Amino acid sequence: MAVTAETQVGGVAAPVAAARRPRRASAPRTGRRSRPLTAYLFLAPYLVLFGAFIIAPAVYGIWISLHDYDFVLPFKPWVGLDNYVSLFTPGSRDFGDFWQSMGATGIFTGLSVPCLVVLPLGIAVLLNRKFPGRTFFRAVFFLPYVLGVAVIGLLFRYILDPNVGVVNYFLGRSIPWTTDLPWVWVSLVGMTVWWTLGFNATIYLAGLTDIPRELYEAAEMDGASRGQQFWNVTLPGLRPVLVFVVTTTILASANMFGQQLLLTKGAPGTSTRTIIGYIATEGLSSFRMGAAAAMSYILAIFLLIISLVVFRVFRERQDES
Amino acid sequence: MTTTTTTSPGLAAVAAGFSRRRFLVLGGAGLALAACGGGNSAPGTPGAPDTGSGGASYGGPAVTIAFWNGFTGGDGDVIKKIVSEFNAQATNVKVEMNIYQWADFFTKLPAAVSTGKGPDVACMHIDDIPTNAARNIITPIDQVAAALNLQESDFSSAVWQGGTYKGQRFGIPLDIHPLALYWNKDVLDKAGLDAEKPPMTRSDYESVLAELKGKGTQGFWVSPFQFTGAFTYMSLLWQFGGDAFDAGVTKATFDSPEAVEALTWLTSMVDQGYSPKNVGQDADYIAFKNSKNAFNWNGIWQINDLKAQDKINWGVGPVPQIGSQQGVWGNSHQFVQLRQTRPDQNKVDATRYFINWVSQKSAEWATSGKIPAKLSVAESPEFKALKEEYSLAPEAQYVHFPPATAGIGDALTELYTAVNNAVLGKASPQQALSDGAKKATSILQDNLKKYGA
Repeated sequence: MAVTAETQVGGVAAPVAAARRPRRASAPRTGRRSRPLTAYLFLAPYLVLFGAFIIAPAVYGIWISLHDYDFVLPFKPWVGLDNYVSLFTPGSRDFGDFWQSMGATGIFTGLSVPCLVVLPLGIAVLLNRKFPGRTFFRAVFFLPYVLGVAVIGLLFRYILDPNVGVVNYFLGRSIPWTTDLPWVWVSLVGMTVWWTLGFNATIYLAGLTDIPRELYEAAEMDGASRGQQFWNVTLPGLRPVLVFVVTTTILASANMFGQQLLLTKGAPGTSTRTIIGYIATEGLSSFRMGAAAAMSYILAIFLLIISLVVFRVFRERQDES
Repeated sequence: MTTTTTTSPGLAAVAAGFSRRRFLVLGGAGLALAACGGGNSAPGTPGAPDTGSGGASYGGPAVTIAFWNGFTGGDGDVIKKIVSEFNAQATNVKVEMNIYQWADFFTKLPAAVSTGKGPDVACMHIDDIPTNAARNIITPIDQVAAALNLQESDFSSAVWQGGTYKGQRFGIPLDIHPLALYWNKDVLDKAGLDAEKPPMTRSDYESVLAELKGKGTQGFWVSPFQFTGAFTYMSLLWQFGGDAFDAGVTKATFDSPEAVEALTWLTSMVDQGYSPKNVGQDADYIAFKNSKNAFNWNGIWQINDLKAQDKINWGVGPVPQIGSQQGVWGNSHQFVQLRQTRPDQNKVDATRYFINWVSQKSAEWATSGKIPAKLSVAESPEFKALKEEYSLAPEAQYVHFPPATAGIGDALTELYTAVNNAVLGKASPQQALSDGAKKATSILQDNLKKYGA
């Protein structure tokens, strides 16, 4: 888990750099264009890794999805598009479960993304002010993110237990936080927001420090209020960061799995089993790797379309301004 | 199954290493793993021929054998002790053991075996054996059983038959771990009930629960989850004369009238207020340990966890008979030999010696909360000295294991979901079981096609 956190923290550099780029692009180009080979050589190591660990497996995944595939069995019958067709055929083995799980993922994404885009922004704006103990509070908000999903899941399972949990003890009621709708969604979204908002807040903070002070000073001279400064300086300045935050948050929420596995086990019934949960069960427990690969591709296409729409929306806004 | 709390099954281990943003990485690894699939010999290819000593001793050159298992709970300490005792006394054989979470174990094992890096010997559950035999992960060991001179009469029939697949032996039984009735003596005492004699019949059980309810205690918390609700339900299913599947395991029968009656009884515990609604994962056991629950049907493996605390006085014994006959859910750990791309006769001999040696030590293994599979050990003074475990020995007579059919776990998942829906009041027992059985039957049919009848 620590490794994951590091990778993700390391990843912050990329969007921030991206955020800077447009402003620097206006500077006169003095780049050395003479040796394209040098650029390719420097890019090669990444390309090799990207090809070996992303492209090749992804293509191989398409191949798998066209078979009744179990990697240890000698006979892997070719089934053509059957694995895909059955996902769209009512009454087939996977149809009901697949779309129910897609729906569960949709509900979770729809509920968690707005929270994870808006709340961290507010926190970042607050933490960007100068006040005593600022570093401490920055750490406080980021800290949960360092914990692994196993820790978070188990922790909340005990805290939120309907009968023996501490939350209901203080409320003096027996709300079924982990066993009944709609409470399970409140719990899953709430715990995920608490867990990961520090990550988005950190990215916003990096973006905020990148907005030139002079813009705020100029706005103040023009008599802009705090609110007006936020809408006309802060938000436009954060636009590239916002694209990154919205896109990665949607993808991360759509890949939710550990929380539901630990907190609810899909309960009630299979209501909170997300699509990744279903794919993992079918592919890794039932060894139906062909069907699981096909489901992964349908999910990937959905996410691709959503990402494109997000980019579209933000680009249009940028064009307007 | 081996954890001291009740949380081990399923994909928990996968989730532990799974962060929100790591899906691509994981997906990549899964595909790379898939790409490693190498071994293509037909399932059931016999292991090395029998030329060894028969397992009584080992006289070959020095070898190191690898032993994998999923004993992550309190039983991990016991198996570590047994292995180090073995290593201390064995000449020329050294056992190196790796303990994984069961979920990790079953994702790692196929990849390791098909790339020739699998262990020599492992332990798995009785219902994992057919799936792994069909998937060519483990090899038949009829010869080992013969060489060790093991016979059906040495074991109870169910545990011996469960180690076979398509007429060949794949598992050497190590233990039986059934469900048990735990009762909280403090709660019964406080209610003025006999804490030394728990109710053993339906009418006694129900009247004790009614009395407890009258004194403000919900005495039988019913979990909607596999641990322990589904295990409790399966015990009842057999007690009411039903079964989860038909004899050939081609059709799910947990929607039969008996099965519905059993689940109706279980959900009535919630309806009558003997159990709270919405019992969370492990909450039944937590409540038991905090004297908020009087009875918990839980695995024999919890004995050590309860021994380790001094907050409550408790008792353990066979589960009550609610239905028309005796029956209880159980499972069994068995030794298996893994398929090797390059079989080494010395290692095969050393493995046999190890299996045989540990089988003799199964009374020591029983201290981790198990019943020894071997009847001679189960009746030995050493095992009788384990008061709590020995009190469950009668259950070995009527314990039911999950059926020995490849891919049975896929179908059982539907039964667990049905129990969850019914106990949480999302569907009537009839509705939940009909829906689940319909799905389970289609899964069984698919698996028949995949693994062969």
